[in-house]
Amino acid sequence: MSRLIRMDSTGHSTLAEWSTGDAVAEEAAVAAFRAQLDRGYIGVVSEGEGQATQVDQLPVAADLVIMRRPIAGG
Amino acid sequence: MAVARGPSALPSVPFEAGGQLPELAGVPWRPRATARSLEQRGRIWTLWSLAHTVPFIAVGVFLLALEPWAAPVALAAFAHAWIIPELYAARGVGVVRPKGARHAAPERVAQGLLGDLLGHRERDLQRDTGMALERGSLGVWLVGEAGALLVGPRGRRVHCYCVRVPDRELPPSDRIAHLLLALRTDEVGFATVANHAFAGAPWRIRRRLDRRARPALAAALDAARA
Repeated sequence: MSRLIRMDSTGHSTLAEWSTGDAVAEEAAVAAFRAQLDRGYIGVVSEGEGQATQVDQLPVAADLVIMRRPIAGG
Repeated sequence: MAVARGPSALPSVPFEAGGQLPELAGVPWRPRATARSLEQRGRIWTLWSLAHTVPFIAVGVFLLALEPWAAPVALAAFAHAWIIPELYAARGVGVVRPKGARHAAPERVAQGLLGDLLGHRERDLQRDTGMALERGSLGVWLVGEAGALLVGPRGRRVHCYCVRVPDRELPPSDRIAHLLLALRTDEVGFATVANHAFAGAPWRIRRRLDRRARPALAAALDAARA
């Protein structure tokens, strides 16, 4: 089961869950992902220790996709 | 599944998949950080510290040589030589001190996610010290809630960066996770977006760190020297 989560004030919220091959769930996850991008979030796929890739389309094969806010110098 | 309601919309940040940090668009005047530019920054901070130290020491020595009764004034000069670099170091280290509300309940959830992003040893270190250790090409990073320390090659110098996710409602571990993911996405971009606050010798940084965070610096120094 893959998950799309957003880091937020609750710790994190699960926005969508899908299994490969479940077209309806994938479609809903893609829509949720796009909605978060439109809100200014950035999609990131953690690829193990030391590696992460930002994504502008939902990688449906990924186990976990995380939405983060932009950072800034303090 | 219902989509969770979220916070208000942020300014949309265009970005390229797999590319550099989109936040770089906010600091177009900054050249991308490199190992060489970090070395230069470190040298400038060393020279800056010397410029604040040597004249006061010279004045103190001169006064003592000229008139031993001027010892109190000489001592004041020596104190200035010590205090001014310490104040810079305190300001630099301040970037990684815990800040803001603790948000205890969401923090437990956020701690779980951050733990999943870290290796076993790094997870234990983060829980004990509040800082996440991350090895990069520029050195070994210690990521805190609102800033990061970068231990340079061979552990000779530590750079202090002020960088944060501008959302006070996030629990502390989510703030760290935001910075960690950005760092892993584009380390050079991260070092460019972050504001460089100070660079100095590890002993100077260690003195100003909270006791709880000191083992994290020791681990980063070990990793940088390995």
